[in-house]
Amino acid sequence: MVKLDEIQKRIIAEVADLHEVPMGAYNFRANGELAGRNTTENIDIQTKQDKSGIDIRIKPGTKHESVHIPVVLSASGLKETVYNDFYVGEDCDVVIVAGCGIDNCGQQDSQHDGVHRFFIEKNAKVKYVEKHYGSGDGAGKRILNPVTEVYMQEGSSMEMEMVQIKGVDSTERTTVAELAAGAKLVVRERLMTHGEQKALSGYRVSLNGEGSSADVVSRSVARDHSYQKFDACVIGNTACSGHTECDSIIMDQGTILAVPSLEANSVDAMLVHEAAIGKIAGDQLNKLMTLGLTAQEAEEQIINGFLK
Amino acid sequence: MNGSEKTRTCGDMKVLELKNLSFEVHEDGIDRAIVHDMNLVIPDNKFVVITGPNGGGKSTLARLIAGIEQPTEGQILLDGEDITNLSITERARKGIGYAFQQPVRFKGLRVIDLLRIAAGREISVSETCDFLSEVGLCARDYIDREVNASLSGGELKRIEIATVLARGCKLSLFDEPEAGIDLWSFQSLIRIFEKMRSEIRDSSIVIISHQERILEIADEIIVLADGGIVAQGPAEEIMPVITGTDSAVIACERLA
Repeated sequence: MVKLDEIQKRIIAEVADLHEVPMGAYNFRANGELAGRNTTENIDIQTKQDKSGIDIRIKPGTKHESVHIPVVLSASGLKETVYNDFYVGEDCDVVIVAGCGIDNCGQQDSQHDGVHRFFIEKNAKVKYVEKHYGSGDGAGKRILNPVTEVYMQEGSSMEMEMVQIKGVDSTERTTVAELAAGAKLVVRERLMTHGEQKALSGYRVSLNGEGSSADVVSRSVARDHSYQKFDACVIGNTACSGHTECDSIIMDQGTILAVPSLEANSVDAMLVHEAAIGKIAGDQLNKLMTLGLTAQEAEEQIINGFLK
Repeated sequence: MNGSEKTRTCGDMKVLELKNLSFEVHEDGIDRAIVHDMNLVIPDNKFVVITGPNGGGKSTLARLIAGIEQPTEGQILLDGEDITNLSITERARKGIGYAFQQPVRFKGLRVIDLLRIAAGREISVSETCDFLSEVGLCARDYIDREVNASLSGGELKRIEIATVLARGCKLSLFDEPEAGIDLWSFQSLIRIFEKMRSEIRDSSIVIISHQERILEIADEIIVLADGGIVAQGPAEEIMPVITGTDSAVIACERLA
Protein backbone atom coordinates (compact mmCIF):
# COMPACT_ATOMS: atom_id res chain seq x y z
CA MET A 1 0.00 0.00 0.00
CA VAL A 2 1.02 3.59 -0.67
CA LYS A 3 1.44 6.03 2.16
CA LEU A 4 -0.52 9.27 1.75
CA ASP A 5 1.50 12.47 1.52
CA GLU A 6 0.42 15.84 2.83
CA ILE A 7 -1.20 17.02 -0.42
CA GLN A 8 -3.17 13.83 -0.64
CA LYS A 9 -4.28 14.13 2.97
CA ARG A 10 -5.43 17.68 2.36
CA ILE A 11 -7.46 16.60 -0.66
CA ILE A 12 -9.02 13.75 1.25
CA ALA A 13 -10.05 16.21 3.93
CA GLU A 14 -11.74 18.28 1.21
CA VAL A 15 -13.61 15.48 -0.51
CA ALA A 16 -14.49 13.24 2.39
CA ASP A 17 -14.44 15.56 5.39
CA LEU A 18 -11.86 13.17 6.74
CA HIS A 19 -8.96 14.34 8.82
CA GLU A 20 -8.02 10.98 10.18
CA VAL A 21 -8.58 7.39 9.28
CA PRO A 22 -12.36 6.95 9.47
CA MET A 23 -14.32 4.50 11.55
CA GLY A 24 -15.84 1.65 9.63
CA ALA A 25 -14.97 0.42 6.18
CA TYR A 26 -12.84 2.43 3.79
CA ASN A 27 -10.80 2.22 0.65
CA PHE A 28 -8.30 4.93 -0.23
CA ARG A 29 -7.03 5.22 -3.74
CA ALA A 30 -4.13 7.52 -4.56
CA ASN A 31 -2.68 8.02 -8.04
CA GLY A 32 -4.19 4.81 -9.27
CA GLU A 33 -2.99 2.64 -6.40
CA LEU A 34 -4.50 1.32 -3.21
CA ALA A 35 -3.47 3.49 -0.27
CA GLY A 36 -5.47 1.95 2.51
CA ARG A 37 -8.37 -0.37 3.14
CA ASN A 38 -10.42 -1.53 6.04
CA THR A 39 -13.30 -3.96 6.05
CA THR A 40 -15.71 -4.74 8.85
CA GLU A 41 -17.77 -7.72 9.85
CA ASN A 42 -20.64 -6.42 7.74
CA ILE A 43 -18.89 -4.57 4.96
CA ASP A 44 -16.50 -6.29 2.63
CA ILE A 45 -14.35 -4.64 -0.05
CA GLN A 46 -12.69 -6.68 -2.77
CA THR A 47 -10.48 -5.55 -5.65
CA LYS A 48 -11.95 -6.44 -9.02
CA GLN A 49 -10.01 -9.03 -10.94
CA ASP A 50 -11.13 -8.18 -14.47
CA LYS A 51 -10.74 -4.40 -14.39
CA SER A 52 -9.78 -1.49 -12.19
CA GLY A 53 -12.09 -0.98 -9.24
CA ILE A 54 -13.67 -2.55 -6.21
CA ASP A 55 -16.76 -4.48 -5.13
CA ILE A 56 -18.33 -3.33 -1.88
CA ARG A 57 -20.70 -5.78 -0.28
CA ILE A 58 -22.85 -4.76 2.66
CA LYS A 59 -24.61 -7.55 4.55
CA PRO A 60 -28.41 -7.41 4.96
CA GLY A 61 -29.54 -5.62 8.11
CA THR A 62 -26.34 -3.59 8.53
CA LYS A 63 -27.26 -0.41 10.37
CA HIS A 64 -25.46 2.82 11.10
CA GLU A 65 -22.23 1.88 9.38
CA SER A 66 -20.32 3.85 6.84
CA VAL A 67 -18.05 3.28 3.87
CA HIS A 68 -15.54 5.85 2.70
CA ILE A 69 -13.92 5.49 -0.69
CA PRO A 70 -12.01 8.67 -1.46
CA VAL A 71 -9.82 8.96 -4.53
CA VAL A 72 -6.89 11.32 -4.91
CA LEU A 73 -4.93 12.24 -8.00
CA SER A 74 -1.88 14.35 -7.37
CA ALA A 75 0.28 13.38 -10.34
CA SER A 76 -0.08 15.34 -13.55
CA GLY A 77 -1.08 13.48 -16.66
CA LEU A 78 -2.79 10.58 -14.96
CA LYS A 79 -5.93 9.21 -16.59
CA GLU A 80 -7.94 6.42 -15.08
CA THR A 81 -11.32 4.77 -15.26
CA VAL A 82 -12.48 2.97 -12.14
CA TYR A 83 -15.47 0.68 -11.68
CA ASN A 84 -16.94 0.46 -8.20
CA ASP A 85 -19.96 -1.72 -7.47
CA PHE A 86 -21.95 -1.42 -4.25
CA TYR A 87 -24.18 -4.26 -3.13
CA VAL A 88 -26.39 -3.07 -0.30
CA GLY A 89 -28.36 -5.85 1.39
CA GLU A 90 -31.97 -5.79 2.59
CA ASP A 91 -32.89 -3.51 5.49
CA CYS A 92 -29.50 -1.81 5.62
CA ASP A 93 -29.12 1.74 6.83
CA VAL A 94 -25.70 2.95 5.75
CA VAL A 95 -23.72 6.00 4.71
CA ILE A 96 -21.42 5.85 1.71
CA VAL A 97 -18.96 8.65 1.13
CA ALA A 98 -17.18 8.79 -2.18
CA GLY A 99 -15.14 11.73 -3.27
CA CYS A 100 -12.52 12.59 -5.77
CA GLY A 101 -9.93 15.28 -5.54
CA ILE A 102 -7.38 16.19 -8.16
CA ASP A 103 -4.36 18.30 -7.47
CA ASN A 104 -2.71 19.09 -10.76
CA CYS A 105 0.32 21.34 -10.76
CA GLY A 106 1.65 20.00 -14.01
CA GLN A 107 1.09 20.67 -17.69
CA GLN A 108 -0.82 17.55 -18.60
CA ASP A 109 -4.46 16.82 -17.97
CA SER A 110 -5.44 14.62 -15.05
CA GLN A 111 -8.62 12.67 -15.35
CA HIS A 112 -10.61 10.34 -13.14
CA ASP A 113 -13.68 8.64 -14.54
CA GLY A 114 -15.52 6.77 -11.82
CA VAL A 115 -18.30 4.39 -12.70
CA HIS A 116 -20.38 3.64 -9.62
CA ARG A 117 -23.16 1.11 -9.60
CA PHE A 118 -25.49 0.66 -6.65
CA PHE A 119 -27.61 -2.44 -6.20
CA ILE A 120 -29.91 -1.59 -3.32
CA GLU A 121 -32.03 -4.39 -1.95
CA LYS A 122 -35.50 -4.19 -0.39
CA ASN A 123 -36.10 -1.60 2.31
CA ALA A 124 -32.46 -0.63 2.49
CA LYS A 125 -31.61 2.95 3.20
CA VAL A 126 -28.53 4.61 1.78
CA LYS A 127 -27.11 8.05 2.17
CA TYR A 128 -24.53 8.70 -0.49
CA VAL A 129 -22.22 11.69 -0.41
CA GLU A 130 -19.99 12.51 -3.33
CA LYS A 131 -17.66 15.48 -3.35
CA HIS A 132 -15.45 16.58 -6.18
CA TYR A 133 -12.62 18.97 -5.73
CA GLY A 134 -9.77 20.28 -7.77
CA SER A 135 -6.68 22.26 -6.88
CA GLY A 136 -3.25 23.10 -8.25
CA ASP A 137 -2.31 25.86 -10.66
CA GLY A 138 -0.77 23.93 -13.52
CA ALA A 139 -2.01 24.34 -17.08
CA GLY A 140 -3.08 20.70 -17.11
CA LYS A 141 -6.81 20.27 -16.70
CA ARG A 142 -8.58 18.50 -13.86
CA ILE A 143 -11.26 16.34 -15.37
CA LEU A 144 -13.89 14.22 -13.62
CA ASN A 145 -16.51 12.25 -15.47
CA PRO A 146 -18.56 10.25 -12.99
CA VAL A 147 -21.18 7.76 -14.05
CA THR A 148 -23.63 6.64 -11.40
CA GLU A 149 -26.14 3.87 -11.85
CA VAL A 150 -28.68 3.13 -9.14
CA TYR A 151 -30.94 0.10 -9.05
CA MET A 152 -33.43 0.31 -6.23
CA GLN A 153 -35.60 -2.57 -5.04
CA GLU A 154 -38.98 -2.29 -3.32
CA GLY A 155 -39.23 0.08 -0.40
CA SER A 156 -35.60 1.13 -0.55
CA SER A 157 -34.51 4.70 -0.28
CA MET A 158 -31.46 6.62 -1.31
CA GLU A 159 -30.38 10.12 -0.66
CA MET A 160 -27.59 11.38 -2.88
CA GLU A 161 -25.67 14.48 -2.10
CA MET A 162 -23.44 15.53 -4.96
CA VAL A 163 -21.15 18.43 -4.41
CA GLN A 164 -18.67 20.07 -6.73
CA ILE A 165 -17.75 23.47 -5.48
CA LYS A 166 -14.27 24.19 -6.68
CA GLY A 167 -11.48 23.55 -9.07
CA VAL A 168 -12.76 20.93 -11.48
CA ASP A 169 -12.16 22.13 -15.02
CA SER A 170 -14.40 19.76 -16.83
CA THR A 171 -17.03 17.38 -15.66
CA GLU A 172 -19.59 15.31 -17.43
CA ARG A 173 -21.84 13.60 -14.97
CA THR A 174 -24.36 10.94 -15.88
CA THR A 175 -26.76 9.49 -13.36
CA VAL A 176 -29.24 6.76 -14.17
CA ALA A 177 -31.71 5.37 -11.65
CA GLU A 178 -34.41 2.71 -11.76
CA LEU A 179 -36.92 2.48 -8.96
CA ALA A 180 -39.19 -0.40 -7.97
CA ALA A 181 -42.43 -0.05 -5.98
CA GLY A 182 -42.26 2.30 -3.01
CA ALA A 183 -38.62 3.17 -3.63
CA LYS A 184 -37.56 6.70 -2.97
CA LEU A 185 -34.69 8.62 -4.47
CA VAL A 186 -33.66 12.06 -3.34
CA VAL A 187 -30.90 13.88 -5.16
CA ARG A 188 -29.39 17.13 -3.97
CA GLU A 189 -26.85 18.47 -6.36
CA ARG A 190 -24.79 21.53 -5.59
CA LEU A 191 -22.53 22.90 -8.20
CA MET A 192 -20.36 25.93 -8.61
CA THR A 193 -18.27 26.59 -11.66
CA HIS A 194 -15.84 29.38 -12.32
CA GLY A 195 -13.10 30.40 -14.73
CA GLU A 196 -13.52 28.59 -18.03
CA GLN A 197 -15.02 25.51 -16.42
CA LYS A 198 -17.59 23.35 -18.00
CA ALA A 199 -20.04 21.12 -16.15
CA LEU A 200 -22.67 18.87 -17.66
CA SER A 201 -25.05 16.99 -15.45
CA GLY A 202 -27.62 14.58 -16.76
CA TYR A 203 -30.15 12.49 -14.91
CA ARG A 204 -32.41 9.79 -16.16
CA VAL A 205 -34.66 8.49 -13.41
CA SER A 206 -37.22 5.79 -14.23
CA LEU A 207 -40.08 5.37 -11.79
CA ASN A 208 -41.12 1.84 -12.60
CA GLY A 209 -42.89 0.70 -9.44
CA GLU A 210 -46.14 1.91 -7.95
CA GLY A 211 -45.67 4.55 -5.27
CA SER A 212 -42.05 5.19 -6.18
CA SER A 213 -40.82 8.72 -6.00
CA ALA A 214 -37.88 10.82 -7.04
CA ASP A 215 -36.88 14.31 -6.11
CA VAL A 216 -33.95 15.67 -8.09
CA VAL A 217 -32.93 19.15 -7.08
CA SER A 218 -29.97 21.05 -8.42
CA ARG A 219 -28.70 24.29 -6.96
CA SER A 220 -25.97 25.86 -8.94
CA VAL A 221 -23.90 28.96 -9.43
CA ALA A 222 -22.08 29.71 -12.66
CA ARG A 223 -19.40 32.38 -12.44
CA ASP A 224 -16.85 33.95 -14.76
CA HIS A 225 -17.04 32.32 -18.19
CA SER A 226 -18.17 28.92 -17.01
CA TYR A 227 -20.85 26.85 -18.61
CA GLN A 228 -23.38 24.50 -17.03
CA LYS A 229 -25.91 22.21 -18.47
CA PHE A 230 -28.48 20.52 -16.25
CA ASP A 231 -30.43 17.84 -18.01
CA ALA A 232 -32.79 15.84 -15.84
CA CYS A 233 -35.35 13.41 -17.13
CA VAL A 234 -37.85 11.78 -14.80
CA ILE A 235 -39.88 8.99 -16.33
CA GLY A 236 -43.14 7.94 -14.68
CA ASN A 237 -44.28 4.54 -15.79
CA THR A 238 -46.97 4.01 -13.15
CA ALA A 239 -48.66 5.73 -10.20
CA CYS A 240 -45.66 7.58 -8.88
CA SER A 241 -44.42 11.03 -8.16
CA GLY A 242 -41.39 12.72 -9.58
CA HIS A 243 -40.05 16.16 -9.02
CA THR A 244 -37.04 17.89 -10.43
CA GLU A 245 -35.91 21.37 -9.75
CA CYS A 246 -33.08 23.45 -11.06
CA ASP A 247 -32.39 26.58 -9.12
CA SER A 248 -29.47 28.50 -10.49
CA ILE A 249 -27.62 31.71 -9.96
CA ILE A 250 -25.74 33.10 -12.87
CA MET A 251 -22.92 35.59 -12.47
CA ASP A 252 -20.40 37.43 -14.63
CA GLN A 253 -20.38 35.88 -18.12
CA GLY A 254 -21.56 32.47 -17.00
CA THR A 255 -23.95 30.38 -19.03
CA ILE A 256 -26.46 27.87 -17.76
CA LEU A 257 -28.58 25.59 -19.82
CA ALA A 258 -31.33 23.81 -17.93
CA VAL A 259 -33.01 21.03 -19.86
CA PRO A 260 -35.59 19.47 -17.62
CA SER A 261 -37.82 16.79 -19.01
CA LEU A 262 -40.67 14.64 -17.81
CA GLU A 263 -42.07 11.56 -19.39
CA ALA A 264 -45.43 10.29 -18.16
CA ASN A 265 -46.39 6.90 -19.46
CA SER A 266 -49.27 6.54 -17.01
CA VAL A 267 -52.16 8.84 -16.13
CA ASP A 268 -51.31 8.35 -12.47
CA ALA A 269 -47.75 9.56 -12.83
CA MET A 270 -47.44 12.86 -11.04
CA LEU A 271 -44.41 14.62 -12.38
CA VAL A 272 -43.40 18.14 -11.63
CA HIS A 273 -40.52 20.25 -12.67
CA GLU A 274 -39.45 23.54 -11.22
CA ALA A 275 -36.87 25.85 -12.67
CA ALA A 276 -36.71 28.09 -9.64
CA ILE A 277 -37.74 28.20 -5.98
CA GLY A 278 -41.24 27.08 -5.19
CA LYS A 279 -43.16 23.84 -5.15
CA ILE A 280 -46.68 22.77 -5.63
CA ALA A 281 -48.06 23.60 -2.24
CA GLY A 282 -51.37 22.39 -0.87
CA ASP A 283 -52.49 26.00 -0.80
CA GLN A 284 -51.93 26.34 -4.53
CA LEU A 285 -54.15 23.36 -5.23
CA ASN A 286 -56.72 24.60 -2.73
CA LYS A 287 -56.73 28.05 -4.28
CA LEU A 288 -57.36 26.75 -7.78
CA MET A 289 -59.98 24.35 -6.48
CA THR A 290 -61.82 27.25 -4.84
CA LEU A 291 -61.88 28.73 -8.34
CA GLY A 292 -63.73 25.64 -9.55
CA LEU A 293 -60.93 23.42 -10.84
CA THR A 294 -60.65 19.79 -9.84
CA ALA A 295 -57.47 18.71 -8.06
CA GLN A 296 -56.24 17.23 -11.33
CA GLU A 297 -56.98 20.35 -13.32
CA ALA A 298 -55.39 22.47 -10.64
CA GLU A 299 -52.25 20.39 -10.80
CA GLU A 300 -52.19 20.66 -14.58
CA GLN A 301 -52.56 24.40 -14.34
CA ILE A 302 -49.67 24.62 -11.92
CA ILE A 303 -47.49 22.32 -13.99
CA ASN A 304 -48.42 24.20 -17.15
CA GLY A 305 -47.34 27.30 -15.34
CA PHE A 306 -44.04 25.74 -14.43
CA LEU A 307 -43.43 24.51 -17.94
CA LYS A 308 -44.15 27.84 -19.53
CA MET B 1 -77.81 37.88 21.02
CA ASN B 2 -76.36 34.65 22.07
CA GLY B 3 -74.98 32.00 19.70
CA SER B 4 -77.32 29.39 21.08
CA GLU B 5 -80.34 31.39 19.97
CA LYS B 6 -81.54 30.47 16.51
CA THR B 7 -80.08 33.31 14.58
CA ARG B 8 -82.04 35.88 12.70
CA THR B 9 -82.89 35.33 9.09
CA CYS B 10 -84.41 38.74 8.40
CA GLY B 11 -87.27 36.90 6.77
CA ASP B 12 -85.22 36.48 3.60
CA MET B 13 -83.77 33.48 1.83
CA LYS B 14 -80.90 31.80 3.61
CA VAL B 15 -77.79 31.65 1.45
CA LEU B 16 -75.77 29.76 4.00
CA GLU B 17 -76.75 27.85 7.06
CA LEU B 18 -74.50 26.13 9.58
CA LYS B 19 -76.12 23.54 11.81
CA ASN B 20 -74.35 22.37 14.97
CA LEU B 21 -71.03 22.74 13.19
CA SER B 22 -67.96 21.54 15.07
CA PHE B 23 -64.35 21.20 14.11
CA GLU B 24 -61.97 19.49 16.46
CA VAL B 25 -58.28 18.85 16.16
CA HIS B 26 -56.29 16.24 17.98
CA GLU B 27 -53.20 17.79 19.50
CA ASP B 28 -50.83 16.28 22.06
CA GLY B 29 -53.39 13.62 22.90
CA ILE B 30 -56.12 16.18 23.55
CA ASP B 31 -59.15 16.95 21.40
CA ARG B 32 -59.51 20.68 21.02
CA ALA B 33 -62.57 22.33 19.49
CA ILE B 34 -61.65 25.12 17.08
CA VAL B 35 -65.31 25.55 16.17
CA HIS B 36 -67.85 24.30 18.66
CA ASP B 37 -71.48 23.44 17.93
CA MET B 38 -72.04 26.53 15.84
CA ASN B 39 -75.42 27.56 14.43
CA LEU B 40 -75.46 30.40 11.98
CA VAL B 41 -77.53 31.75 9.13
CA ILE B 42 -76.23 34.11 6.46
CA PRO B 43 -79.26 35.63 4.77
CA ASP B 44 -79.50 36.67 1.15
CA ASN B 45 -78.38 40.12 0.04
CA LYS B 46 -76.37 40.78 3.16
CA PHE B 47 -72.89 42.10 3.82
CA VAL B 48 -71.76 40.29 6.95
CA VAL B 49 -68.54 40.92 8.84
CA ILE B 50 -67.13 38.31 11.20
CA THR B 51 -64.79 39.68 13.82
CA GLY B 52 -63.29 38.64 17.13
CA PRO B 53 -59.96 37.86 18.74
CA ASN B 54 -57.21 35.99 16.93
CA GLY B 55 -57.49 32.26 17.43
CA GLY B 56 -61.25 32.50 17.90
CA GLY B 57 -61.98 30.23 14.92
CA LYS B 58 -62.74 32.78 12.18
CA SER B 59 -60.35 31.52 9.52
CA THR B 60 -61.18 27.92 10.33
CA LEU B 61 -64.85 28.72 9.83
CA ALA B 62 -64.09 30.16 6.39
CA ARG B 63 -62.04 27.09 5.51
CA LEU B 64 -64.87 24.82 6.66
CA ILE B 65 -67.35 26.70 4.49
CA ALA B 66 -65.02 26.57 1.47
CA GLY B 67 -64.41 22.86 2.04
CA ILE B 68 -60.68 23.07 2.72
CA GLU B 69 -61.35 21.62 6.16
CA GLN B 70 -63.99 19.01 6.92
CA PRO B 71 -66.12 19.50 10.02
CA THR B 72 -66.01 16.79 12.66
CA GLU B 73 -69.75 17.27 13.21
CA GLY B 74 -72.67 19.23 11.88
CA GLN B 75 -73.96 20.40 8.53
CA ILE B 76 -73.32 23.16 6.04
CA LEU B 77 -76.24 24.14 3.81
CA LEU B 78 -75.98 26.34 0.74
CA ASP B 79 -79.36 27.57 -0.50
CA GLY B 80 -80.92 24.80 1.55
CA GLU B 81 -78.77 22.09 0.01
CA ASP B 82 -76.48 20.04 2.24
CA ILE B 83 -72.95 20.57 0.94
CA THR B 84 -71.13 19.16 3.98
CA ASN B 85 -69.66 16.26 2.04
CA LEU B 86 -68.89 18.13 -1.17
CA SER B 87 -65.33 18.82 -2.24
CA ILE B 88 -63.77 22.26 -2.53
CA THR B 89 -64.33 22.10 -6.28
CA GLU B 90 -68.00 21.12 -6.03
CA ARG B 91 -68.68 23.88 -3.53
CA ALA B 92 -66.91 26.39 -5.74
CA ARG B 93 -69.06 25.32 -8.67
CA LYS B 94 -72.16 25.74 -6.55
CA GLY B 95 -71.23 29.36 -5.92
CA ILE B 96 -68.88 29.68 -2.98
CA GLY B 97 -65.96 32.03 -3.48
CA TYR B 98 -63.11 32.36 -1.07
CA ALA B 99 -60.32 34.93 -0.93
CA PHE B 100 -57.39 33.61 1.10
CA GLN B 101 -55.87 35.62 3.89
CA GLN B 102 -52.47 34.89 2.41
CA PRO B 103 -52.74 34.86 -1.37
CA VAL B 104 -50.96 31.95 -3.00
CA ARG B 105 -48.17 32.59 -5.48
CA PHE B 106 -47.92 30.70 -8.73
CA LYS B 107 -44.67 30.61 -10.62
CA GLY B 108 -45.47 30.81 -14.30
CA LEU B 109 -49.21 31.56 -13.97
CA ARG B 110 -50.17 35.05 -15.15
CA VAL B 111 -52.83 37.31 -13.72
CA ILE B 112 -54.96 36.83 -16.83
CA ASP B 113 -54.64 33.04 -16.52
CA LEU B 114 -55.81 33.12 -12.94
CA LEU B 115 -58.77 35.37 -13.79
CA ARG B 116 -59.74 33.12 -16.70
CA ILE B 117 -59.68 30.11 -14.38
CA ALA B 118 -61.78 32.08 -11.91
CA ALA B 119 -64.32 33.13 -14.54
CA GLY B 120 -64.44 29.57 -15.85
CA ARG B 121 -64.24 30.69 -19.47
CA GLU B 122 -62.03 32.43 -21.97
CA ILE B 123 -62.77 35.95 -20.87
CA SER B 124 -61.53 38.70 -23.14
CA VAL B 125 -58.70 41.03 -22.28
CA SER B 126 -61.16 43.89 -21.83
CA GLU B 127 -63.25 41.87 -19.37
CA THR B 128 -60.09 41.00 -17.47
CA CYS B 129 -59.24 44.68 -17.37
CA ASP B 130 -62.65 45.42 -15.88
CA PHE B 131 -62.01 43.03 -12.99
CA LEU B 132 -58.61 44.54 -12.34
CA SER B 133 -59.92 48.11 -12.48
CA GLU B 134 -62.57 47.06 -10.02
CA VAL B 135 -59.86 46.34 -7.45
CA GLY B 136 -57.93 49.47 -8.32
CA LEU B 137 -55.17 47.97 -10.42
CA CYS B 138 -54.16 49.47 -13.74
CA ALA B 139 -54.95 46.47 -15.89
CA ARG B 140 -52.37 47.10 -18.61
CA ASP B 141 -49.56 46.83 -16.06
CA TYR B 142 -50.77 43.62 -14.51
CA ILE B 143 -52.53 41.43 -17.00
CA ASP B 144 -49.40 39.59 -18.17
CA ARG B 145 -47.60 39.63 -14.87
CA GLU B 146 -46.88 36.33 -13.22
CA VAL B 147 -48.61 35.71 -9.91
CA ASN B 148 -45.30 35.20 -8.16
CA ALA B 149 -43.02 36.88 -5.67
CA SER B 150 -42.52 39.84 -8.02
CA LEU B 151 -45.90 41.19 -6.90
CA SER B 152 -46.22 43.04 -3.63
CA GLY B 153 -48.47 41.85 -0.82
CA GLY B 154 -51.01 44.56 -1.61
CA GLU B 155 -51.04 43.71 -5.32
CA LEU B 156 -51.49 40.02 -4.59
CA LYS B 157 -54.28 40.81 -2.18
CA ARG B 158 -56.17 42.82 -4.78
CA ILE B 159 -55.67 40.16 -7.43
CA GLU B 160 -56.98 37.66 -4.90
CA ILE B 161 -60.11 39.76 -4.47
CA ALA B 162 -60.44 40.10 -8.25
CA THR B 163 -60.46 36.30 -8.62
CA VAL B 164 -63.51 36.15 -6.35
CA LEU B 165 -65.23 39.01 -8.18
CA ALA B 166 -64.60 37.32 -11.52
CA ARG B 167 -66.49 34.27 -10.35
CA GLY B 168 -69.73 36.09 -9.55
CA CYS B 169 -70.40 34.00 -6.45
CA LYS B 170 -73.55 33.44 -4.49
CA LEU B 171 -71.48 33.54 -1.33
CA SER B 172 -68.15 35.37 -1.31
CA LEU B 173 -65.84 34.88 1.66
CA PHE B 174 -62.91 37.21 2.28
CA ASP B 175 -60.45 36.32 5.02
CA GLU B 176 -58.87 39.47 6.43
CA PRO B 177 -58.54 41.34 3.16
CA GLU B 178 -56.80 44.17 5.00
CA ALA B 179 -54.00 41.97 6.39
CA GLY B 180 -50.57 42.82 5.09
CA ILE B 181 -51.49 45.77 2.92
CA ASP B 182 -50.32 49.35 3.20
CA LEU B 183 -52.42 52.34 4.12
CA TRP B 184 -52.86 53.51 0.51
CA SER B 185 -54.07 50.14 -0.61
CA PHE B 186 -56.30 50.01 2.42
CA GLN B 187 -58.12 53.19 1.40
CA SER B 188 -58.97 51.77 -1.99
CA LEU B 189 -59.87 48.45 -0.41
CA ILE B 190 -62.57 50.16 1.64
CA ARG B 191 -63.95 51.69 -1.57
CA ILE B 192 -63.98 48.26 -3.22
CA PHE B 193 -66.04 46.80 -0.40
CA GLU B 194 -68.38 49.80 -0.24
CA LYS B 195 -69.03 49.31 -3.94
CA MET B 196 -69.61 45.60 -3.48
CA ARG B 197 -72.01 46.36 -0.65
CA SER B 198 -74.03 48.67 -2.87
CA GLU B 199 -74.16 46.17 -5.71
CA ILE B 200 -75.21 43.01 -3.86
CA ARG B 201 -77.82 41.10 -5.82
CA ASP B 202 -79.06 37.62 -4.99
CA SER B 203 -75.84 36.93 -3.16
CA SER B 204 -74.09 37.57 0.11
CA ILE B 205 -70.68 38.67 1.20
CA VAL B 206 -68.89 37.50 4.34
CA ILE B 207 -65.73 39.28 5.39
CA ILE B 208 -63.47 38.33 8.25
CA SER B 209 -61.96 41.53 9.53
CA HIS B 210 -60.60 43.43 12.49
CA GLN B 211 -60.94 46.78 10.78
CA GLU B 212 -63.42 49.31 12.08
CA ARG B 213 -63.78 50.80 8.60
CA ILE B 214 -64.90 47.45 7.25
CA LEU B 215 -67.15 46.77 10.25
CA GLU B 216 -68.86 50.07 9.50
CA ILE B 217 -69.93 48.84 6.07
CA ALA B 218 -71.56 45.71 7.52
CA ASP B 219 -75.28 45.01 7.56
CA GLU B 220 -74.62 42.47 10.23
CA ILE B 221 -71.70 41.73 12.55
CA ILE B 222 -70.84 38.39 14.09
CA VAL B 223 -68.34 38.21 16.94
CA LEU B 224 -66.52 34.90 17.27
CA ALA B 225 -64.46 33.83 20.24
CA ASP B 226 -63.28 30.45 21.47
CA GLY B 227 -64.94 28.66 18.60
CA GLY B 228 -68.41 30.05 19.22
CA ILE B 229 -70.58 33.06 18.44
CA VAL B 230 -70.58 35.51 21.33
CA ALA B 231 -72.58 38.25 19.65
CA GLN B 232 -74.50 38.71 16.46
CA GLY B 233 -76.77 41.40 15.13
CA PRO B 234 -77.16 44.52 13.02
CA ALA B 235 -74.04 46.67 12.87
CA GLU B 236 -75.66 49.51 14.83
CA GLU B 237 -76.29 47.17 17.76
CA ILE B 238 -72.92 45.42 17.79
CA MET B 239 -70.55 48.27 16.95
CA PRO B 240 -70.93 50.11 20.30
CA VAL B 241 -70.28 46.83 22.12
CA ILE B 242 -67.06 46.16 20.20
CA THR B 243 -65.69 49.70 20.26
CA GLY B 244 -66.25 49.71 24.01
CA THR B 245 -63.63 47.01 24.31
CA ASP B 246 -60.96 49.33 22.89
CA SER B 247 -59.03 46.64 21.12
CA ALA B 248 -55.52 47.49 20.00
CA VAL B 249 -56.52 47.70 16.35
CA ILE B 250 -59.26 50.17 17.02
CA ALA B 251 -57.06 52.23 19.32
CA CYS B 252 -54.46 52.45 16.57
CA GLU B 253 -57.13 53.52 14.13
CA ARG B 254 -58.02 56.41 16.39
CA LEU B 255 -54.43 57.49 16.68
CA ALA B 256 -54.15 57.47 12.91
